[in-house]
Amino acid sequence: MIEQFTSSFSTEDYWELFWLVRNSVITAAVLGLMGGVIGIFIMLRRSSLVVHGIAEISFAGAALALLAGVDVVAGSAVGAVAAAVLIGILSLRDRDTSAVTAVLMPFGLGLGILFLHLYQGRSANRFGLLTGQVVGVDDLQTRTLVTSAVLISIVLVLIWRPLMFVSVDPQLAAARGVSVGVLSMGFMVLLGLAVAMSVQVVGALLVLSLLVVPSAAALRVSSRPLTVVLLSSGIAVVSAVGGIMIAITGTVPISPYITTLSFLFYVGCLLIGRRRRATSVARQTERSLSKPSQ
Amino acid sequence: MTSAEAQSSPELPSPQEPALQLHEAGVRFGDRTLWEQVNLSLAAGEFLAVLGPNGSGKSTFLKTLLGMQRLSAGTAQVLGAPVRRGSSRVGYIPQHHTLDPQTPLRARDLVALGLEGHRYGLPWASRATRTRVQNLLDDVGAGSYADRPVGLLSGGEQQRLRAAQALADDPALLLCDEPLHSLDLHHQQAITELIRRQAVERAAAVVFVTHEINPVIEHVDRVLYFARGQHRLGTVAEVMRSCVLSELYQAPVEVIEHRGRIVVFAEHLEGYHDHDPATEDQL
Repeated sequence: MIEQFTSSFSTEDYWELFWLVRNSVITAAVLGLMGGVIGIFIMLRRSSLVVHGIAEISFAGAALALLAGVDVVAGSAVGAVAAAVLIGILSLRDRDTSAVTAVLMPFGLGLGILFLHLYQGRSANRFGLLTGQVVGVDDLQTRTLVTSAVLISIVLVLIWRPLMFVSVDPQLAAARGVSVGVLSMGFMVLLGLAVAMSVQVVGALLVLSLLVVPSAAALRVSSRPLTVVLLSSGIAVVSAVGGIMIAITGTVPISPYITTLSFLFYVGCLLIGRRRRATSVARQTERSLSKPSQ
Repeated sequence: MTSAEAQSSPELPSPQEPALQLHEAGVRFGDRTLWEQVNLSLAAGEFLAVLGPNGSGKSTFLKTLLGMQRLSAGTAQVLGAPVRRGSSRVGYIPQHHTLDPQTPLRARDLVALGLEGHRYGLPWASRATRTRVQNLLDDVGAGSYADRPVGLLSGGEQQRLRAAQALADDPALLLCDEPLHSLDLHHQQAITELIRRQAVERAAAVVFVTHEINPVIEHVDRVLYFARGQHRLGTVAEVMRSCVLSELYQAPVEVIEHRGRIVVFAEHLEGYHDHDPATEDQL
């Protein structure tokens, strides 16, 4: 392994190798951008567990598609959107989606294991569904993934204000005429699609590293909406693309690099945020001491 | 009770149509009548306090005025037109609930959502919107924390921003759902003052749902008191009386007035504990 590692480290070879995985890099970058945008709402609506649940059920869809010999991306997308809509409907009444998710998640994962068990093809395919398979993305898949991710991002930007309103203050938003139910279901569909796309890069088990960790990190250091979006998208893109660029120098799969990078970003942001908050609290106390009324 | 309303409105008739008009209005869930036969005409600038125990239909009353709850009987008109959801001439201050500390919004972003949060499309605010937001922030005394994250503001500061959102469109009818709940005295006064100003200077009618009348008692023109599927409507002096409330509750209730403050004793009534823990604050 070390041999392989050092031998691939001549720069010329490296860029050749990089060219081979260009599809994956493009896909990862665009999915990272999308993840940064949707992640804000996942955090705000406390839907992290829902993301994980959708991912595991989308794994069942992908496994079924593999078994049936149809397109795996389509299979996982159908599974993910179905799961998202189901969770959305079951938790429409109260906002706590975690119980519903926790009920559906093991069922989906169990189905996925069953379908994989029945599948007679290459075993590498089995593992890839759970832990990522990005290197094998062909031109057509790249186009599908990139188009979907761009569309999801555009829709999110266009519904940004009402969705933010509903997520922050549902009562007031409803009173102002925003349809809370429609937006919540719409968000679940977008989330299902986003998860299905991300599963293709990092796998069902590690989707959180693209969709949640970057936003969680960004929210630690800023509260300006635009800054948070740019920062979380940036972190997601750097983690995903950086993960691939490091991974092609060795034999370790891509996912651990991506998850480690995004985790490191989170730790960094956590520390910066802590320090900043401490100084701002100190400043505030100072201000309130010097001006006791108000 | 319909007879009480005509005498109690001080400066009628006004040339304008009433801000709010209910005719024989009622809400029923299944076979349970929340309230019925409410007849009310609220003039511009009038301040109505809506009181009653938990579950008596105070919040549902507000929801019908917001167009979020259909009447089972009767009609409701806001500013001369049937109630509809999302009218920009109706302002709404919801009960205070703490925002997530990590909400990715500054104070000014939250106020901007009150202005344009219902709009789809590219989320960039125009210069005019930004100016309006700044003016609103200054109006409610939130200018000094306009750029602070909303999640890090105190409950009272957050509630000022909700007042700013509600006042954004210069509403002719202001609906408040326990806006002072869980605020300290200083912020209670500040929020009350903002609501009063809209009523007095901008002639907005105010519907103020509360289980605690004392913080606003000097501004209240009339009281609508719900209990046990019944209601009483009239001035504070007409409604907040031992005999009236005892009749309404069908049980002995004692109302004591002390230096312009009102204390209601009804400890033996089930589901009626609202006034008990607050007794100390009231005096």
